[in-house]
Amino acid sequence: MTTRNEQIKNFTSNFGPQHPAAHGVSRLVLEMNGEVVERAEPHIGSLHRGTEKLIEYKTYLQALPYSDRLDYVSTMAQEHAHSSAVERLLNCEVPLRAQYIRVLFREITRISNHSLALTTHAMDVGASTPFLWAFEEREKLLEFYERVSGARMHASFIRPGGVAQDLPLGLCRDIDSSTQQFSSRIDELEEMSTGNRIWKQRLVDIGTVTAQQAKDWGFSGVMLRGPGVCWDSRRAAPYDVHDQLDPDVPVGTRGDRYDRYCIRIEEMRQSVRIIVQCPNKMPSGMIKADDRKLCPPSRGRMKLSMESSIHHFEPYTEGFSVPAPSTYTAVEAPKGEFGVFLVSNGSNRPYRRKIRAPGSAHSQGLDSMSKHHMPADVVTIIGTQDIVSGEVDR
Amino acid sequence: MYIAVPAEILGIILPLLLGVAFLVLAERKVMAFVQRRKGPDVVGSFGLLQPLADGLKLILKEPISPSSANFSLFRMAPVATFMLSLVARAVVPFDYGMVLSDPNIGLLYLFAISSLGVYGIIIAGRSSNSKYAFLGALRSAAQMVPYEVSIGLILITVLICVGPRNSSEIVMAQKQIWSGIPLFPVLVMFFISRLAETNRAPFDLPEAEAESVAGYNVEYSSMGSALSFLGEYANMILMRCPCTSLSPGGWPPFLDLPISKKIPGSIRFSIKVILFPFLYIWVRAAFPRYRYDQLMGLGRKVFLPLSLARVVPVSGVLVTFQWLP
Repeated sequence: MTTRNEQIKNFTSNFGPQHPAAHGVSRLVLEMNGEVVERAEPHIGSLHRGTEKLIEYKTYLQALPYSDRLDYVSTMAQEHAHSSAVERLLNCEVPLRAQYIRVLFREITRISNHSLALTTHAMDVGASTPFLWAFEEREKLLEFYERVSGARMHASFIRPGGVAQDLPLGLCRDIDSSTQQFSSRIDELEEMSTGNRIWKQRLVDIGTVTAQQAKDWGFSGVMLRGPGVCWDSRRAAPYDVHDQLDPDVPVGTRGDRYDRYCIRIEEMRQSVRIIVQCPNKMPSGMIKADDRKLCPPSRGRMKLSMESSIHHFEPYTEGFSVPAPSTYTAVEAPKGEFGVFLVSNGSNRPYRRKIRAPGSAHSQGLDSMSKHHMPADVVTIIGTQDIVSGEVDR
Repeated sequence: MYIAVPAEILGIILPLLLGVAFLVLAERKVMAFVQRRKGPDVVGSFGLLQPLADGLKLILKEPISPSSANFSLFRMAPVATFMLSLVARAVVPFDYGMVLSDPNIGLLYLFAISSLGVYGIIIAGRSSNSKYAFLGALRSAAQMVPYEVSIGLILITVLICVGPRNSSEIVMAQKQIWSGIPLFPVLVMFFISRLAETNRAPFDLPEAEAESVAGYNVEYSSMGSALSFLGEYANMILMRCPCTSLSPGGWPPFLDLPISKKIPGSIRFSIKVILFPFLYIWVRAAFPRYRYDQLMGLGRKVFLPLSLARVVPVSGVLVTFQWLP
């Protein structure tokens, strides 16, 4: 737009790193023309912690907790990615019981992530109540994490070769009794939002992504299933026991925020379904691979024989060596496809571990999704993309 | 005479101030219970001393103002907001003859005061000399205007039914049946328009965190922001009073039952007044926010035509059946 010899530039405003609505620390520079956003440019890197570089100096087992802290909302999904990558290089067979435990906790992680993502999104839109209701549910899930691993959030439970410890007594019973009331809680959340005309007016036809755009930008997970592309890593490339558990995968039609909201709610229900099936189908058995060069023995055995002591000492100090070439392993994390590209040079430390976080790809699309919307919508689009600074910045 | 009037004034203002203070606490507690938690309950038993603690803290806090703010206007704006809501209580009848002044234009006076409230917000935002405060103030003001007009039209609807009288007589005219019952859609529209006018959720985007981080009073600290918020809550209570007079029938006893005649009229009035802020808080806890353009669209394209459309059939029916008072 020009008047005489001057050009009217767009009004640039900084949706700063410290903002009650920005999830984590993320800076967004908005160029606005009046009330309409012409361009939204995310400046990432405020939470960069040098994860990939630090991992190069750690053994594979020591590198596991870094995965926890990437997307700090859905922790076990990333541990699973790291462990799967290492196991694939090692060609190691994970026992069946461990696979069921992993799937159980991954679905618990999925519910935990979606309840946080949906309700912080709702809080951005203005409804403050679902946030607190969902966090009550999340407290119960974090209690399960704590009972199985000792830590509420960063569990370091899913390790290369299996899981760290067996499930404590009574845990399956408690998980079962809490899943029985989960569905009612999800119903309550839906009752507040899904049919609400204010909610629909804020969400329908906002932040729309077409299927082609989603594929071009590299979206994955719910962002990809919103416009109707039916791609779920659990179905496309099944790992662990997912082919026996067979969840339904919800797919949207329009690709707007309302579709993604509905997909996440439905995914929570499907996760509840899987969680109900898992303890029933879980066999008894070992929870770590049988190879003593990978997985340390139990503490009881360790104190009995010399070899067990050595087998305990070695993985925790020098670590196990992983054979040479590289692998890309991806899991269906709740936010999307979380991938690990692991390059090994045969030693006990990774040569390079590249993390493919779904949030980075999604935040690229923020600009195209929020064009010609209002700043109030930009806030909520960040919420629907489920961006967490930890995994975007690493 | 010289003692009676100031005593009456104090008798109206002091309970209002207490009411506003405890309304702040009530909001926190009610929202908390909706959200499956308890609100403040540390300070007194059930948190009853919380407003006192908050007030003391705010009084003792250092007032910081932006250096480029226009000093006198910056200080006076929240005072003006609060004062206007206090002043408007003068024409609200609490019981038989318990009203500070009873002019024939009582309702018009209330309406004028609430329109003046817009000034307080604009002055607060502009005198802060800050981009975001000004934006928030303009939005708040622009939001208040169409809903004010809706309220005016709704008041006209009720006035047609009860005739042009002063406030006490409007309440008396509802002895047989509360005017909120035949005019129930009007009551609903009045409720929603009041929500929009006092910038309460779900119409509170100008104050919302995500956007302008508390809107027009972002630059205020300690007593300034306290007065602004108290003014907002006082407006909430205040506007419930004429609504209570108009619709659920004010102080006359409920259905003429002897038991409700034993409770004093002002208590009955207060109970009815308390009901509506509870509804306000409930609505705030339950619903998401409207985006600003949707909010304005709702006001101008939905409520304004609807309230106009109520005046016409109501007056038509009254004229046809010769029920005009």
